[in-house]
Amino acid sequence: MRLSASGLAAVRGGRTIFADRSFAVASGEILALTGPNGSGKTTMLRVVAGLLPPAAGAVTLDGKDDVAQAAHFLGYLDALKPALTVLENLDFWRRIFRSPGLPPLDALDRVGLADLADLPAGILSAGQKRRVAIARLLVSHRPVWLLDEPTTALDSEAERMLGALIAEHLKAGGIVLAATHRPLPVAASATLSLGRAA
Amino acid sequence: MIGALAAITGRTALLSLRGSGGAFVGVVFFLAVVVVVPFGIGPDLNLLARIGPAILWIGALFATLLGLDRLFQDDRDDGSLDLFFLSGLPLELVVLAKAVGHWLATGLPLVIAAPVLGLLLGIAPLPLGAVTLTLLAGTPALTLIGAIGASLTVAFNRGGLLVAVLVLPFTIPVLVFGVSAASATIVGPVPFLPPFLILLALTLVSAVVAPIAGAAALRSSME
Repeated sequence: MRLSASGLAAVRGGRTIFADRSFAVASGEILALTGPNGSGKTTMLRVVAGLLPPAAGAVTLDGKDDVAQAAHFLGYLDALKPALTVLENLDFWRRIFRSPGLPPLDALDRVGLADLADLPAGILSAGQKRRVAIARLLVSHRPVWLLDEPTTALDSEAERMLGALIAEHLKAGGIVLAATHRPLPVAASATLSLGRAA
Repeated sequence: MIGALAAITGRTALLSLRGSGGAFVGVVFFLAVVVVVPFGIGPDLNLLARIGPAILWIGALFATLLGLDRLFQDDRDDGSLDLFFLSGLPLELVVLAKAVGHWLATGLPLVIAAPVLGLLLGIAPLPLGAVTLTLLAGTPALTLIGAIGASLTVAFNRGGLLVAVLVLPFTIPVLVFGVSAASATIVGPVPFLPPFLILLALTLVSAVVAPIAGAAALRSSME
């Protein structure tokens, strides 16, 4: 499996965020997107996910352009409903993504939240919500993980846990794109650095 | 895919019941409208019984518009909307599933409350049955039309009143045929069936148009 982008450009509100960016990531590789605030890391991930149309260029997965169907997106929003329990939230996304991975309770166990399964998501701390969002990547299987600042709000133990999950995903032939301005908990196979847009 | 859509319907209904009490706010608002009107009009029971169906319909219309603005706004604010895009589910069906869930939690309680509130207006049993039937047939159209407004205003943060103002003109045909079918059983000379069938047609048409229009509006809001 090979995720590649060629000549990618993005325009937001009439301003060019980045232009003519190309990369290729193969199975088992992790590409780190680095750059200062406003350099377009999040925009790049959203373009790759198909949430934003690119102004130029194209993203393909094995030559086809249906990346969205194969991708998990971990944005800065956790997509949790405060009124539902942690388990209900995870179970919902498992049913929506329709390609079963770990059972929700096992996934919570992996992120160290098995005890909180029946609590409303609204009372969790920021770091705990982040862990639930990471557990969402586990409850349904998708080969491409698009992670936007995945370590935000995580403590050092959770960072190691995330590192282990990413390593496991890569070992199983997955692809990871991670936008970050902090060191990732696993060594990146390659780095794409986005400069500040002129 | 059916399972995923059922999950969306169930979650939407559950959230409006469990969350800010949307369903109960709607019913209480409905009750307030119906209770206040007789005070304004006066204790003329014949008059009240005659215009009762119209009062119930207007109350149901406003109660339906309450809370519609959050239908997609919450999903956009917490990132769920992004994940719906990525899920590979047809967005049209996501919109339909959400509208159905919203109706189950907010529209259906109004239909159930209508016969009870109709007693307060002194509506006779037969017209009371008729108005409940027309509400059952017509409120889904109100929710579906409202879903278009909700998806159009999703890009703004405070769409509340805007949704109501945008949607209201398009709900007038539903109101007209709903009330005329219900009133037909009281005053005549119009028979019940023709306006009722048109009301059903309006609901069916909006069940097709609303998902398509709503999905298009949500897609353009991603820009």
